[in-house]
Amino acid sequence: MSDSKSSSFKRIFPTMTPDGWSGLKLVSPPFVYSLLMLAAPLVLVFLLSLWTQNYLELDRTFTTANYKEALSEKLYQTLMIRSLTISGIVTAVTVLLAYPIAYYVAFFGGKRKSLWLLLITIPFWTSYLIRVFLWKVILGYNGVVNGSLMGLGFIEEPLSFILYNANAVVITLAHAWAPFAILPIFVSLSRIDHSLLEAARDLGDGPIRRFFRVTLPLSMPGVVAASLIVFIPTVGDYVTPKLLGGTDGLMIANMIQIQLGKANNAPLGSALAVSAMIIVASISIAFVLINRKFLKTKT
Amino acid sequence: MQNKPSRSLLTYAIVYLIFLYAPVMLLPLFAFNNSAIIALPLSGFTFHWFGLLWQTKALHEALYNSLMIALITSIGSTTLGIFAARAAARYEFPGKRGIMGFIMVPLVLPEIIVGVALLVVLIQLGMSLSAWTVIIGHVLICTPFSIAILQSAFNNMDRSLEEASMDLGENRIGTFFRVILPLVTPGIISSLLISFTISLDEFIIAFFLTGTDATLPVYIWSQLRFPARLPAIMALGFLMVVLSFILLLTAEYFRRRANRITGNSTSSEESIF
Repeated sequence: MSDSKSSSFKRIFPTMTPDGWSGLKLVSPPFVYSLLMLAAPLVLVFLLSLWTQNYLELDRTFTTANYKEALSEKLYQTLMIRSLTISGIVTAVTVLLAYPIAYYVAFFGGKRKSLWLLLITIPFWTSYLIRVFLWKVILGYNGVVNGSLMGLGFIEEPLSFILYNANAVVITLAHAWAPFAILPIFVSLSRIDHSLLEAARDLGDGPIRRFFRVTLPLSMPGVVAASLIVFIPTVGDYVTPKLLGGTDGLMIANMIQIQLGKANNAPLGSALAVSAMIIVASISIAFVLINRKFLKTKT
Repeated sequence: MQNKPSRSLLTYAIVYLIFLYAPVMLLPLFAFNNSAIIALPLSGFTFHWFGLLWQTKALHEALYNSLMIALITSIGSTTLGIFAARAAARYEFPGKRGIMGFIMVPLVLPEIIVGVALLVVLIQLGMSLSAWTVIIGHVLICTPFSIAILQSAFNNMDRSLEEASMDLGENRIGTFFRVILPLVTPGIISSLLISFTISLDEFIIAFFLTGTDATLPVYIWSQLRFPARLPAIMALGFLMVVLSFILLLTAEYFRRRANRITGNSTSSEESIF
Protein backbone atom coordinates (compact mmCIF):
# COMPACT_ATOMS: atom_id res chain seq x y z
CA MET A 1 0.00 0.00 0.00
CA SER A 2 1.48 3.39 -1.01
CA ASP A 3 1.94 6.17 1.47
CA SER A 4 -0.23 8.70 -0.34
CA LYS A 5 -3.09 6.21 -0.40
CA SER A 6 -2.78 5.41 3.27
CA SER A 7 -2.61 9.11 4.20
CA SER A 8 -5.81 9.84 2.28
CA PHE A 9 -7.44 6.96 4.10
CA LYS A 10 -6.04 8.34 7.33
CA ARG A 11 -8.00 11.51 6.78
CA ILE A 12 -11.16 9.44 6.63
CA PHE A 13 -10.21 7.15 9.49
CA PRO A 14 -7.96 9.25 11.74
CA THR A 15 -7.81 6.55 14.41
CA MET A 16 -6.76 3.80 12.01
CA THR A 17 -3.68 1.92 13.21
CA PRO A 18 -1.28 -0.14 11.05
CA ASP A 19 -2.78 -3.18 12.75
CA GLY A 20 -6.19 -2.04 11.57
CA TRP A 21 -4.98 -2.03 7.96
CA SER A 22 -3.40 -5.46 8.30
CA GLY A 23 -6.64 -6.79 9.74
CA LEU A 24 -8.74 -5.30 6.94
CA LYS A 25 -6.41 -6.62 4.25
CA LEU A 26 -6.45 -10.06 5.82
CA VAL A 27 -10.22 -10.24 6.16
CA SER A 28 -10.87 -8.94 2.65
CA PRO A 29 -10.79 -12.26 0.68
CA PRO A 30 -13.61 -13.90 2.68
CA PHE A 31 -15.44 -10.57 2.93
CA VAL A 32 -15.30 -9.95 -0.83
CA TYR A 33 -16.41 -13.54 -1.45
CA SER A 34 -19.45 -13.00 0.78
CA LEU A 35 -20.23 -9.69 -0.92
CA LEU A 36 -20.06 -11.23 -4.41
CA MET A 37 -21.70 -14.57 -3.69
CA LEU A 38 -24.22 -13.63 -1.02
CA ALA A 39 -24.94 -9.89 -0.83
CA ALA A 40 -25.06 -9.33 -4.61
CA PRO A 41 -27.29 -12.36 -5.27
CA LEU A 42 -29.66 -11.29 -2.47
CA VAL A 43 -29.89 -7.80 -4.00
CA LEU A 44 -30.67 -9.37 -7.36
CA VAL A 45 -33.37 -11.57 -5.80
CA PHE A 46 -34.91 -8.40 -4.38
CA LEU A 47 -34.77 -6.62 -7.78
CA LEU A 48 -36.21 -9.67 -9.51
CA SER A 49 -39.11 -9.73 -7.08
CA LEU A 50 -40.05 -6.26 -8.36
CA TRP A 51 -40.06 -7.36 -12.01
CA THR A 52 -42.57 -9.44 -13.94
CA GLN A 53 -42.26 -12.69 -15.86
CA ASN A 54 -44.06 -12.65 -19.22
CA TYR A 55 -43.65 -16.21 -20.40
CA LEU A 56 -40.05 -16.30 -21.57
CA GLU A 57 -39.35 -12.58 -21.23
CA LEU A 58 -38.64 -10.58 -18.15
CA ASP A 59 -40.41 -7.22 -17.85
CA ARG A 60 -38.04 -4.93 -15.93
CA THR A 61 -40.51 -2.21 -14.94
CA PHE A 62 -40.81 -1.92 -11.19
CA THR A 63 -44.02 -3.19 -9.71
CA THR A 64 -45.17 -4.46 -6.35
CA ALA A 65 -47.65 -6.84 -7.98
CA ASN A 66 -45.62 -9.93 -6.97
CA TYR A 67 -45.73 -8.90 -3.33
CA LYS A 68 -49.47 -8.21 -3.54
CA GLU A 69 -49.95 -11.69 -4.94
CA ALA A 70 -47.54 -13.32 -2.46
CA LEU A 71 -49.27 -11.72 0.52
CA SER A 72 -52.92 -11.74 -0.54
CA GLU A 73 -53.36 -15.01 -2.44
CA LYS A 74 -55.05 -17.53 -0.15
CA LEU A 75 -52.72 -20.42 -1.05
CA TYR A 76 -49.54 -18.49 -0.30
CA GLN A 77 -51.02 -17.09 2.92
CA THR A 78 -51.88 -20.60 4.07
CA LEU A 79 -48.41 -21.91 3.25
CA MET A 80 -46.69 -18.99 4.96
CA ILE A 81 -48.81 -19.24 8.12
CA ARG A 82 -48.38 -23.02 8.17
CA SER A 83 -44.58 -22.71 7.79
CA LEU A 84 -44.40 -20.23 10.65
CA THR A 85 -46.74 -22.30 12.86
CA ILE A 86 -44.89 -25.57 12.23
CA SER A 87 -41.51 -23.90 12.83
CA GLY A 88 -42.83 -22.24 15.97
CA ILE A 89 -44.07 -25.56 17.36
CA VAL A 90 -40.85 -27.32 16.29
CA THR A 91 -38.81 -24.62 18.03
CA ALA A 92 -40.80 -24.88 21.27
CA VAL A 93 -40.75 -28.69 21.30
CA THR A 94 -37.05 -28.91 20.41
CA VAL A 95 -35.92 -26.36 22.98
CA LEU A 96 -38.12 -27.81 25.77
CA LEU A 97 -36.85 -31.34 25.09
CA ALA A 98 -33.25 -30.14 24.76
CA TYR A 99 -33.11 -28.09 27.98
CA PRO A 100 -33.09 -31.00 30.48
CA ILE A 101 -30.41 -32.88 28.53
CA ALA A 102 -28.23 -29.76 28.30
CA TYR A 103 -28.82 -29.24 32.03
CA TYR A 104 -27.86 -32.82 32.79
CA VAL A 105 -24.63 -32.67 30.76
CA ALA A 106 -23.64 -29.23 32.06
CA PHE A 107 -24.17 -29.95 35.76
CA PHE A 108 -23.75 -33.71 36.08
CA GLY A 109 -21.61 -34.59 33.05
CA GLY A 110 -18.45 -34.41 35.15
CA LYS A 111 -15.44 -35.69 33.23
CA ARG A 112 -17.69 -37.25 30.60
CA LYS A 113 -19.03 -33.95 29.21
CA SER A 114 -17.16 -34.31 25.90
CA LEU A 115 -18.31 -37.90 25.56
CA TRP A 116 -21.94 -36.87 26.09
CA LEU A 117 -21.63 -34.10 23.50
CA LEU A 118 -20.05 -36.51 21.04
CA LEU A 119 -22.84 -39.05 21.67
CA ILE A 120 -25.43 -36.34 21.02
CA THR A 121 -23.86 -35.20 17.74
CA ILE A 122 -22.94 -38.56 16.16
CA PRO A 123 -26.40 -39.45 14.76
CA PHE A 124 -26.45 -36.10 12.96
CA TRP A 125 -23.33 -36.65 10.92
CA THR A 126 -25.24 -39.05 8.69
CA SER A 127 -27.13 -38.21 5.53
CA TYR A 128 -29.92 -35.74 6.32
CA LEU A 129 -32.07 -37.17 3.52
CA ILE A 130 -31.75 -40.72 4.79
CA ARG A 131 -32.46 -39.64 8.37
CA VAL A 132 -35.65 -37.88 7.28
CA PHE A 133 -36.62 -40.88 5.18
CA LEU A 134 -36.08 -43.21 8.16
CA TRP A 135 -38.69 -41.23 10.08
CA LYS A 136 -41.08 -42.15 7.30
CA VAL A 137 -40.17 -45.78 7.98
CA ILE A 138 -40.76 -45.30 11.71
CA LEU A 139 -44.05 -43.41 11.39
CA GLY A 140 -45.45 -45.16 8.28
CA TYR A 141 -48.67 -47.18 7.97
CA ASN A 142 -46.79 -50.44 8.33
CA GLY A 143 -43.83 -48.76 9.93
CA VAL A 144 -42.02 -49.43 13.16
CA VAL A 145 -44.46 -47.64 15.48
CA ASN A 146 -47.64 -49.01 13.95
CA GLY A 147 -46.12 -52.45 13.40
CA SER A 148 -45.04 -52.77 17.04
CA LEU A 149 -48.29 -51.38 18.44
CA MET A 150 -50.39 -53.72 16.28
CA GLY A 151 -48.07 -56.65 16.99
CA LEU A 152 -48.49 -56.06 20.70
CA GLY A 153 -52.23 -55.77 20.24
CA PHE A 154 -52.57 -52.19 21.49
CA ILE A 155 -54.24 -51.00 18.29
CA GLU A 156 -56.10 -52.80 15.52
CA GLU A 157 -55.70 -50.29 12.72
CA PRO A 158 -52.59 -48.27 11.88
CA LEU A 159 -52.47 -44.83 13.47
CA SER A 160 -52.89 -42.36 10.63
CA PHE A 161 -52.25 -39.10 12.46
CA ILE A 162 -48.48 -39.59 12.39
CA LEU A 163 -47.71 -39.65 8.67
CA TYR A 164 -48.28 -37.30 5.74
CA ASN A 165 -49.35 -34.38 7.87
CA ALA A 166 -47.96 -31.57 9.99
CA ASN A 167 -47.42 -33.85 13.03
CA ALA A 168 -44.92 -35.98 11.12
CA VAL A 169 -43.10 -32.83 10.00
CA VAL A 170 -42.91 -31.56 13.59
CA ILE A 171 -41.57 -34.87 14.97
CA THR A 172 -38.95 -35.19 12.24
CA LEU A 173 -37.75 -31.59 12.45
CA ALA A 174 -37.64 -31.69 16.27
CA HIS A 175 -35.30 -34.64 15.88
CA ALA A 176 -33.21 -33.16 13.07
CA TRP A 177 -32.49 -29.92 14.94
CA ALA A 178 -31.95 -31.37 18.44
CA PRO A 179 -28.16 -30.86 18.67
CA PHE A 180 -28.46 -27.28 17.44
CA ALA A 181 -30.70 -26.58 20.43
CA ILE A 182 -28.72 -28.58 22.99
CA LEU A 183 -25.31 -27.04 22.32
CA PRO A 184 -26.05 -23.31 22.88
CA ILE A 185 -28.08 -24.10 26.02
CA PHE A 186 -25.27 -26.32 27.27
CA VAL A 187 -22.72 -23.55 26.72
CA SER A 188 -24.74 -20.94 28.63
CA LEU A 189 -25.49 -23.38 31.48
CA SER A 190 -21.79 -24.24 31.78
CA ARG A 191 -20.94 -20.57 32.19
CA ILE A 192 -23.16 -20.11 35.25
CA ASP A 193 -21.11 -19.25 38.32
CA HIS A 194 -21.86 -21.99 40.86
CA SER A 195 -21.42 -19.59 43.77
CA LEU A 196 -24.64 -17.86 42.65
CA LEU A 197 -26.52 -21.14 42.98
CA GLU A 198 -24.98 -21.75 46.41
CA ALA A 199 -25.92 -18.22 47.46
CA ALA A 200 -29.53 -18.85 46.42
CA ARG A 201 -29.57 -22.06 48.44
CA ASP A 202 -27.99 -20.44 51.48
CA LEU A 203 -30.57 -17.67 51.32
CA GLY A 204 -33.33 -20.23 51.56
CA ASP A 205 -34.45 -20.94 47.98
CA GLY A 206 -35.61 -24.50 47.35
CA PRO A 207 -34.50 -26.34 44.20
CA ILE A 208 -37.53 -25.26 42.15
CA ARG A 209 -37.44 -21.60 43.16
CA ARG A 210 -33.69 -21.57 42.66
CA PHE A 211 -34.10 -22.98 39.16
CA PHE A 212 -36.70 -20.41 38.11
CA ARG A 213 -35.05 -17.45 39.82
CA VAL A 214 -31.37 -18.12 39.14
CA THR A 215 -30.55 -20.93 36.71
CA LEU A 216 -33.22 -20.29 34.08
CA PRO A 217 -32.71 -16.51 33.78
CA LEU A 218 -28.94 -16.97 33.57
CA SER A 219 -29.29 -19.58 30.83
CA MET A 220 -31.73 -17.51 28.77
CA PRO A 221 -29.04 -16.33 26.29
CA GLY A 222 -28.57 -19.99 25.34
CA VAL A 223 -32.32 -20.56 25.11
CA VAL A 224 -32.77 -17.51 22.87
CA ALA A 225 -29.85 -18.56 20.64
CA ALA A 226 -31.17 -22.12 20.43
CA SER A 227 -34.66 -20.88 19.52
CA LEU A 228 -33.38 -18.71 16.69
CA ILE A 229 -30.98 -21.38 15.40
CA VAL A 230 -33.90 -23.81 15.14
CA PHE A 231 -36.64 -21.41 14.05
CA ILE A 232 -34.91 -19.57 11.19
CA PRO A 233 -33.77 -22.54 9.08
CA THR A 234 -36.83 -24.72 9.73
CA VAL A 235 -39.16 -22.11 8.22
CA GLY A 236 -37.30 -22.70 4.96
CA ASP A 237 -37.06 -26.48 5.19
CA TYR A 238 -37.83 -28.25 1.94
CA VAL A 239 -37.05 -31.94 2.37
CA THR A 240 -39.12 -32.86 5.44
CA PRO A 241 -42.45 -31.37 4.31
CA LYS A 242 -41.96 -32.88 0.85
CA LEU A 243 -41.23 -36.39 2.17
CA LEU A 244 -43.48 -36.53 5.23
CA GLY A 245 -45.91 -33.65 4.98
CA GLY A 246 -48.38 -35.00 2.43
CA THR A 247 -50.52 -32.22 0.95
CA ASP A 248 -51.48 -30.72 4.32
CA GLY A 249 -47.90 -30.42 5.46
CA LEU A 250 -46.28 -28.60 2.52
CA MET A 251 -44.45 -25.41 3.45
CA ILE A 252 -43.35 -22.17 1.82
CA ALA A 253 -39.99 -23.52 0.59
CA ASN A 254 -41.81 -26.10 -1.53
CA MET A 255 -43.79 -23.30 -3.19
CA ILE A 256 -40.66 -21.20 -3.80
CA GLN A 257 -39.09 -24.22 -5.51
CA ILE A 258 -42.22 -24.76 -7.65
CA GLN A 259 -42.23 -21.10 -8.74
CA LEU A 260 -38.57 -21.22 -9.72
CA GLY A 261 -38.94 -24.59 -11.40
CA LYS A 262 -42.15 -25.91 -12.93
CA ALA A 263 -44.19 -22.70 -12.74
CA ASN A 264 -41.32 -20.73 -14.32
CA ASN A 265 -42.18 -17.58 -12.37
CA ALA A 266 -38.90 -16.60 -10.75
CA PRO A 267 -40.12 -13.08 -9.83
CA LEU A 268 -43.03 -14.49 -7.81
CA GLY A 269 -40.73 -17.09 -6.24
CA SER A 270 -38.32 -14.28 -5.32
CA ALA A 271 -41.14 -12.21 -3.82
CA LEU A 272 -42.17 -15.23 -1.72
CA ALA A 273 -38.56 -15.75 -0.62
CA VAL A 274 -38.06 -12.07 0.27
CA SER A 275 -41.41 -11.94 2.14
CA ALA A 276 -40.50 -15.07 4.08
CA MET A 277 -37.09 -13.62 4.96
CA ILE A 278 -38.58 -10.31 6.13
CA ILE A 279 -41.26 -12.02 8.22
CA VAL A 280 -38.77 -14.43 9.79
CA ALA A 281 -36.30 -11.62 10.49
CA SER A 282 -39.05 -9.49 12.11
CA ILE A 283 -40.18 -12.36 14.32
CA SER A 284 -36.58 -13.09 15.32
CA ILE A 285 -35.86 -9.45 16.17
CA ALA A 286 -39.09 -9.20 18.17
CA PHE A 287 -38.15 -12.39 20.01
CA VAL A 288 -34.73 -10.99 20.90
CA LEU A 289 -36.26 -7.69 22.05
CA ILE A 290 -38.80 -9.46 24.28
CA ASN A 291 -35.92 -11.31 25.94
CA ARG A 292 -33.48 -8.41 26.00
CA LYS A 293 -33.41 -8.11 29.78
CA PHE A 294 -31.84 -11.58 29.92
CA LEU A 295 -29.31 -10.84 27.21
CA LYS A 296 -27.49 -7.91 28.81
CA THR A 297 -23.86 -8.87 29.00
CA LYS A 298 -22.24 -8.73 32.39
CA THR A 299 -19.44 -6.17 32.59
CA MET B 1 -25.28 -27.76 44.57
CA GLN B 2 -26.14 -31.42 44.80
CA ASN B 3 -23.56 -33.56 43.05
CA LYS B 4 -25.79 -36.45 42.13
CA PRO B 5 -28.47 -36.07 39.49
CA SER B 6 -31.97 -37.12 40.33
CA ARG B 7 -32.81 -40.50 38.89
CA SER B 8 -35.56 -39.05 36.71
CA LEU B 9 -33.09 -36.69 34.99
CA LEU B 10 -30.73 -39.54 34.15
CA THR B 11 -33.64 -41.63 32.87
CA TYR B 12 -34.72 -38.70 30.73
CA ALA B 13 -31.19 -38.35 29.33
CA ILE B 14 -31.15 -42.02 28.33
CA VAL B 15 -34.63 -41.94 26.77
CA TYR B 16 -33.61 -38.81 24.87
CA LEU B 17 -30.50 -40.53 23.51
CA ILE B 18 -32.67 -43.43 22.32
CA PHE B 19 -34.89 -40.89 20.52
CA LEU B 20 -31.80 -39.34 18.91
CA TYR B 21 -30.48 -42.71 17.75
CA ALA B 22 -33.83 -44.23 16.73
CA PRO B 23 -33.61 -43.55 12.97
CA VAL B 24 -29.92 -44.41 12.64
CA MET B 25 -30.42 -47.71 14.51
CA LEU B 26 -32.82 -48.84 11.79
CA LEU B 27 -30.18 -48.53 9.06
CA PRO B 28 -28.22 -51.72 9.79
CA LEU B 29 -31.52 -53.61 10.23
CA PHE B 30 -32.80 -52.80 6.75
CA ALA B 31 -29.38 -52.68 5.07
CA PHE B 32 -28.91 -56.40 5.76
CA ASN B 33 -32.57 -57.38 5.53
CA ASN B 34 -33.43 -59.94 2.88
CA SER B 35 -36.60 -58.24 1.63
CA ALA B 36 -37.39 -55.65 -1.04
CA ILE B 37 -39.83 -53.90 1.29
CA ILE B 38 -38.69 -51.60 4.08
CA ALA B 39 -40.96 -52.84 6.86
CA LEU B 40 -40.93 -55.00 9.96
CA PRO B 41 -40.74 -57.92 10.64
CA LEU B 42 -37.27 -58.66 9.25
CA SER B 43 -37.07 -61.65 6.95
CA GLY B 44 -33.44 -62.73 6.73
CA PHE B 45 -29.81 -61.73 6.38
CA THR B 46 -28.22 -60.71 3.06
CA PHE B 47 -25.32 -58.79 1.54
CA HIS B 48 -27.30 -58.47 -1.71
CA TRP B 49 -27.97 -54.72 -1.39
CA PHE B 50 -24.29 -53.92 -0.94
CA GLY B 51 -23.55 -55.93 -4.10
CA LEU B 52 -26.20 -53.92 -5.91
CA LEU B 53 -24.47 -50.70 -4.88
CA TRP B 54 -21.27 -52.03 -6.36
CA GLN B 55 -22.98 -52.45 -9.74
CA THR B 56 -24.88 -49.16 -9.93
CA LYS B 57 -22.95 -46.87 -12.25
CA ALA B 58 -25.05 -43.73 -11.66
CA LEU B 59 -24.25 -44.04 -7.98
CA HIS B 60 -20.51 -44.20 -8.63
CA GLU B 61 -20.67 -41.07 -10.78
CA ALA B 62 -22.69 -39.23 -8.13
CA LEU B 63 -20.23 -40.33 -5.47
CA TYR B 64 -17.27 -39.16 -7.56
CA ASN B 65 -18.95 -35.76 -8.16
CA SER B 66 -19.72 -35.38 -4.47
CA LEU B 67 -16.20 -36.28 -3.39
CA MET B 68 -14.63 -33.80 -5.84
CA ILE B 69 -17.06 -31.05 -4.83
CA ALA B 70 -16.48 -31.75 -1.13
CA LEU B 71 -12.69 -31.79 -1.60
CA ILE B 72 -12.56 -28.45 -3.45
CA THR B 73 -15.13 -26.93 -1.08
CA SER B 74 -13.17 -27.94 2.00
CA ILE B 75 -9.95 -26.43 0.60
CA GLY B 76 -11.76 -23.23 -0.48
CA SER B 77 -13.66 -22.67 2.75
CA THR B 78 -10.66 -23.51 4.94
CA THR B 79 -8.49 -21.04 2.98
CA LEU B 80 -11.08 -18.28 3.34
CA GLY B 81 -11.54 -19.35 6.97
CA ILE B 82 -7.81 -18.97 7.70
CA PHE B 83 -7.88 -15.36 6.43
CA ALA B 84 -10.96 -14.42 8.45
CA ALA B 85 -10.01 -16.30 11.63
CA ARG B 86 -6.48 -14.92 11.68
CA ALA B 87 -7.78 -11.38 11.11
CA ALA B 88 -10.38 -11.74 13.86
CA ALA B 89 -8.03 -13.35 16.37
CA ARG B 90 -5.02 -11.12 15.87
CA TYR B 91 -6.17 -7.66 14.72
CA GLU B 92 -8.59 -4.93 15.69
CA PHE B 93 -9.95 -3.19 12.61
CA PRO B 94 -12.81 -0.81 11.88
CA GLY B 95 -16.14 -2.51 11.27
CA LYS B 96 -14.78 -5.80 12.64
CA ARG B 97 -18.05 -6.89 14.23
CA GLY B 98 -20.08 -6.02 11.16
CA ILE B 99 -17.71 -7.66 8.67
CA MET B 100 -17.29 -10.84 10.71
CA GLY B 101 -21.03 -10.96 11.38
CA PHE B 102 -21.75 -10.63 7.68
CA ILE B 103 -19.38 -13.47 6.75
CA MET B 104 -21.13 -15.66 9.36
CA VAL B 105 -24.64 -14.89 8.01
CA PRO B 106 -25.04 -18.16 6.05
CA LEU B 107 -25.18 -19.92 9.44
CA VAL B 108 -28.60 -18.39 10.12
CA LEU B 109 -29.89 -18.17 6.57
CA PRO B 110 -32.19 -20.96 5.39
CA GLU B 111 -30.22 -22.91 2.79
CA ILE B 112 -33.05 -22.57 0.31
CA ILE B 113 -32.49 -18.78 0.29
CA VAL B 114 -28.79 -19.28 -0.55
CA GLY B 115 -29.80 -21.74 -3.28
CA VAL B 116 -32.47 -19.46 -4.74
CA ALA B 117 -30.21 -16.38 -4.68
CA LEU B 118 -27.32 -18.10 -6.45
CA LEU B 119 -29.64 -19.79 -8.95
CA VAL B 120 -31.24 -16.45 -9.87
CA VAL B 121 -27.82 -14.84 -10.44
CA LEU B 122 -26.54 -17.72 -12.55
CA ILE B 123 -29.66 -17.70 -14.72
CA GLN B 124 -29.48 -13.92 -15.19
CA LEU B 125 -25.80 -14.14 -16.12
CA GLY B 126 -26.67 -16.93 -18.53
CA MET B 127 -24.17 -19.29 -16.90
CA SER B 128 -24.78 -22.99 -17.09
CA LEU B 129 -25.11 -25.08 -13.95
CA SER B 130 -22.28 -27.45 -13.10
CA ALA B 131 -20.27 -28.88 -10.26
CA TRP B 132 -18.58 -25.46 -9.96
CA THR B 133 -21.83 -23.66 -9.20
CA VAL B 134 -22.47 -26.17 -6.40
CA ILE B 135 -18.95 -25.51 -5.09
CA ILE B 136 -19.61 -21.74 -5.00
CA GLY B 137 -22.65 -22.32 -2.79
CA HIS B 138 -20.97 -24.89 -0.58
CA VAL B 139 -17.93 -22.69 0.09
CA LEU B 140 -20.35 -19.96 1.17
CA ILE B 141 -22.10 -22.13 3.79
CA CYS B 142 -18.96 -23.99 4.95
CA THR B 143 -16.77 -20.91 5.53
CA PRO B 144 -18.56 -19.89 8.78
CA PHE B 145 -17.92 -23.37 10.23
CA SER B 146 -14.26 -23.20 9.19
CA ILE B 147 -13.97 -19.77 10.82
CA ALA B 148 -15.53 -20.99 14.08
CA ILE B 149 -13.07 -23.90 14.30
CA LEU B 150 -10.01 -21.95 13.18
CA GLN B 151 -10.77 -18.94 15.36
CA SER B 152 -10.48 -21.08 18.46
CA ALA B 153 -7.19 -22.50 17.15
CA PHE B 154 -5.81 -19.00 16.50
CA ASN B 155 -7.17 -17.67 19.80
CA ASN B 156 -5.58 -20.47 21.80
CA MET B 157 -2.20 -19.82 20.22
CA ASP B 158 0.37 -18.26 22.48
CA ARG B 159 1.16 -14.77 21.11
CA SER B 160 4.67 -14.82 22.62
CA LEU B 161 5.75 -17.56 20.15
CA GLU B 162 4.90 -15.23 17.28
CA GLU B 163 6.73 -12.33 18.93
CA ALA B 164 9.76 -14.51 19.60
CA SER B 165 9.94 -15.43 15.91
CA MET B 166 9.77 -11.74 14.90
CA ASP B 167 12.43 -10.84 17.48
CA LEU B 168 14.69 -13.55 16.10
CA GLY B 169 14.60 -11.84 12.70
CA GLU B 170 11.88 -13.71 10.82
CA ASN B 171 9.56 -11.46 8.77
CA ARG B 172 5.76 -11.57 8.92
CA ILE B 173 5.34 -14.04 6.07
CA GLY B 174 8.10 -16.30 7.33
CA THR B 175 6.60 -16.21 10.81
CA PHE B 176 3.19 -17.10 9.44
CA PHE B 177 4.41 -20.11 7.48
CA ARG B 178 7.07 -21.36 9.90
CA VAL B 179 5.52 -20.66 13.30
CA ILE B 180 1.79 -19.88 13.14
CA LEU B 181 0.70 -22.35 10.49
CA PRO B 182 2.34 -25.40 12.12
CA LEU B 183 0.71 -24.45 15.43
CA VAL B 184 -2.78 -24.28 13.93
CA THR B 185 -2.38 -27.28 11.59
CA PRO B 186 -4.62 -29.55 13.68
CA GLY B 187 -7.30 -26.81 13.52
CA ILE B 188 -6.89 -26.67 9.74
CA ILE B 189 -7.28 -30.44 9.41
CA SER B 190 -10.36 -30.34 11.62
CA SER B 191 -11.80 -27.51 9.48
CA LEU B 192 -11.08 -29.45 6.27
CA LEU B 193 -12.85 -32.54 7.62
CA ILE B 194 -15.89 -30.66 8.92
CA SER B 195 -16.46 -28.69 5.71
CA PHE B 196 -15.85 -31.85 3.67
CA THR B 197 -18.57 -33.62 5.67
CA ILE B 198 -21.02 -30.70 5.41
CA SER B 199 -20.53 -30.41 1.65
CA LEU B 200 -20.89 -34.17 1.17
CA ASP B 201 -24.27 -34.17 2.92
CA GLU B 202 -25.68 -30.85 1.63
CA PHE B 203 -28.80 -31.34 -0.46
CA ILE B 204 -30.83 -28.17 -1.08
CA ILE B 205 -28.10 -26.01 -2.63
CA ALA B 206 -26.86 -28.95 -4.71
CA PHE B 207 -30.47 -29.67 -5.78
CA PHE B 208 -30.85 -26.10 -7.05
CA LEU B 209 -27.40 -25.58 -8.55
CA THR B 210 -26.36 -28.94 -9.93
CA GLY B 211 -26.55 -29.36 -13.67
CA THR B 212 -26.30 -32.81 -15.18
CA ASP B 213 -23.68 -33.94 -12.65
CA ALA B 214 -25.85 -35.13 -9.74
CA THR B 215 -24.23 -35.17 -6.31
CA LEU B 216 -24.73 -38.09 -3.94
CA PRO B 217 -27.63 -36.47 -1.99
CA VAL B 218 -29.30 -35.44 -5.26
CA TYR B 219 -28.94 -39.05 -6.45
CA ILE B 220 -30.39 -40.38 -3.19
CA TRP B 221 -33.31 -37.93 -3.49
CA SER B 222 -34.05 -39.22 -7.00
CA GLN B 223 -34.07 -42.81 -5.69
CA LEU B 224 -36.37 -42.21 -2.71
CA ARG B 225 -39.36 -42.13 -5.08
CA PHE B 226 -38.87 -45.75 -6.17
CA PRO B 227 -39.74 -48.31 -3.47
CA ALA B 228 -37.68 -51.00 -5.22
CA ARG B 229 -34.51 -48.93 -4.88
CA LEU B 230 -34.90 -48.28 -1.15
CA PRO B 231 -33.08 -51.30 0.35
CA ALA B 232 -29.94 -50.38 -1.60
CA ILE B 233 -30.28 -46.81 -0.30
CA MET B 234 -30.42 -48.22 3.24
CA ALA B 235 -27.18 -50.11 2.57
CA LEU B 236 -25.66 -46.91 1.20
CA GLY B 237 -26.83 -45.01 4.28
CA PHE B 238 -25.25 -47.62 6.53
CA LEU B 239 -21.90 -47.28 4.74
CA MET B 240 -22.15 -43.49 5.05
CA VAL B 241 -22.84 -43.68 8.79
CA VAL B 242 -19.75 -45.81 9.30
CA LEU B 243 -17.59 -43.51 7.14
CA SER B 244 -18.74 -40.25 8.70
CA PHE B 245 -18.28 -41.78 12.14
CA ILE B 246 -14.64 -42.45 11.28
CA LEU B 247 -14.25 -38.96 9.78
CA LEU B 248 -15.79 -37.32 12.83
CA LEU B 249 -13.57 -39.23 15.25
CA THR B 250 -10.51 -38.21 13.23
CA ALA B 251 -11.62 -34.56 13.27
CA GLU B 252 -12.21 -34.77 17.01
CA TYR B 253 -8.76 -36.30 17.55
CA PHE B 254 -7.06 -33.44 15.68
CA ARG B 255 -9.15 -30.81 17.44
CA ARG B 256 -8.04 -32.10 20.82
CA ARG B 257 -4.44 -32.25 19.65
CA ALA B 258 -4.83 -28.66 18.45
CA ASN B 259 -5.82 -27.58 21.92
CA ARG B 260 -2.99 -29.55 23.48
CA ILE B 261 -0.32 -28.19 21.11
CA THR B 262 -1.36 -24.59 21.65
CA GLY B 263 -1.21 -25.26 25.36
CA ASN B 264 -4.86 -24.65 26.13
CA SER B 265 -6.85 -27.55 27.45
CA THR B 266 -9.54 -25.73 29.39
CA SER B 267 -11.49 -24.50 26.38
CA SER B 268 -11.45 -27.87 24.63
CA GLU B 269 -15.02 -28.65 25.55
CA GLU B 270 -16.81 -25.72 24.01
CA SER B 271 -14.47 -24.56 21.28
CA ILE B 272 -15.95 -26.47 18.37
CA PHE B 273 -19.45 -25.40 19.10
